[in-house]
Amino acid sequence: MRKEILELLETDSKLTPYQIATMLGIDKSKVEKEIEAMEEEGIILQYSTLINWEKAGVEQVSALIDVKVTPQRGVGFDDIAERIYRFPEVRSVMLMSGSYDLSVEVTGRNIKEVAQFVSQKLATLEHVQSTMTHFVLKRYKQQGVILENKEKDRRQVISP
Amino acid sequence: MKLKKGDRISPLVKNLPPSGIRKFFDLVANTKGVISLGVGEPDFVTPWHIREACFYSLEQGYTMYTSNWGMPELRKEISNFLYKRYNLEYNPDNEIIVTVGASEAVDLALRTIITPGDEVLIPEPSYVSYKPCAVLAGAKPVVVQTSYKDEFKLKEEELNKKINSKTKALVLCYPNNPTGAIMEKKDLEGIARTAVKNDLIVISDEIYSELTYNGNHVSIASFPRMRDRTIVINGFSKAWAMTGWRIGFAAGPRDIIEAMVKIHQYTILCAPVMSQMAALEALRNGGEEVEKMVKQYNQRRRFVVSKLREMGLECFEPKGAFYVFPSIKITGMTSESFAEELLKQEKVAVVPGTAFGESGEGHIRISYAASLKNLTKALDRMAYFIENLTKNKMVMDKVMES
Repeated sequence: MRKEILELLETDSKLTPYQIATMLGIDKSKVEKEIEAMEEEGIILQYSTLINWEKAGVEQVSALIDVKVTPQRGVGFDDIAERIYRFPEVRSVMLMSGSYDLSVEVTGRNIKEVAQFVSQKLATLEHVQSTMTHFVLKRYKQQGVILENKEKDRRQVISP
Repeated sequence: MKLKKGDRISPLVKNLPPSGIRKFFDLVANTKGVISLGVGEPDFVTPWHIREACFYSLEQGYTMYTSNWGMPELRKEISNFLYKRYNLEYNPDNEIIVTVGASEAVDLALRTIITPGDEVLIPEPSYVSYKPCAVLAGAKPVVVQTSYKDEFKLKEEELNKKINSKTKALVLCYPNNPTGAIMEKKDLEGIARTAVKNDLIVISDEIYSELTYNGNHVSIASFPRMRDRTIVINGFSKAWAMTGWRIGFAAGPRDIIEAMVKIHQYTILCAPVMSQMAALEALRNGGEEVEKMVKQYNQRRRFVVSKLREMGLECFEPKGAFYVFPSIKITGMTSESFAEELLKQEKVAVVPGTAFGESGEGHIRISYAASLKNLTKALDRMAYFIENLTKNKMVMDKVMES
């Protein structure tokens, strides 16, 4: 049941417990209890909104940075990852398989801001061996949502 | 001597009643800002992998006729599908035909088995095509009523009342459009018994078979002694959201399917190859997408039923397809005037129950093949509409009293 509640909330966090309860055919109080529990357990972290910032006219630059690091005895990559994710400029940090170790997403108001962060803060960290910065040119799809969806309802208004 | 214009059209066609939906369609099409819950097709677009497979087939040059029966690979997949899902065994070589939508299969089936004068039993409320197709095939359609108190299931007693020596066939459509009713195994037993006893052929339109919400669909062809007298019709329109591709199929005993192919080869030749290629992809890799869509329909179904009941409308729980068929009798209005007023006052389109036969009077068909957002908005408007109606009715009743 938890999975079903989560799937609904993931696509629309505005759904009320009452709506979720009717859609899943369970009790409203049960839904409320589960949601509260999942918030407490840190399963539900945030109710956020997916925004097309470009359309909103807000200048913003993002970059994905491949970071190679030297893992440390005892803590592996966790320590260095934490030192990186504590910077507010960093949107996400993931440990990767393959030719580099950490994938770091950084946003800033312009290229200069991001470049400065990489050269002054990120690359100079102890245990960081190298960085490779890729700027995002255009977003097409994010979190499973197509940003400019051209598909619309083309059906006849009434059909048998 | 020159024919008068009116005489150019065959009386058979001239006397076909116009579709009850047509008039309402024009009304809706001419109103702006309407939210339509009157659509009889999925609101999903065909899954991308199916569309993509069609592009690829075109690139590969699949643009020719296929076998009259349909591509052998596709028939084989259909055979597997029927076996896996409904425990039906059909030989892909000579017991399955690929058609232009399930609609063509219905037409073929009727034309194949009807001798002029035969009677065909059609349970109502029903999808709009069966009666006209029966008439065009030369049969006399005989309506069997189903009712709200039976959750619009076909009852053996009602069926028996309409059977006589001329009765040749019975058309079944479960899960049902427009009521959302299903026939479970125990409901079908009596129907199968009656069919065997009276030597009836059953044309079973199972186009909504994948859209059930309370256990799997059961086909009447899976009952003892029924396989040889049943034509199972199905297609890709509803479950895979492929209405515009016009691709369906029929499976049945060899003699009947062979005879259907005879008509099909002279009138249609074969179903479009690009649609056949898409259908092949749907059967091979489409299961997961169907599951996702069914899950969403189910959530909306529960939501709509609970909203309708909150409004005070009586409504049995539909267990299949994507329709709810609530009673609007508490408003004291006819189906048609209810639908018209709802459209005019609140700009919500639903289909009057009478479009599906007389026994649909007092009901409306609501399709939940619409986004949750639109469903919420439309049902809120409808609740407001009904609240006003009952308020006015109470005032009127008071005036009448005094």
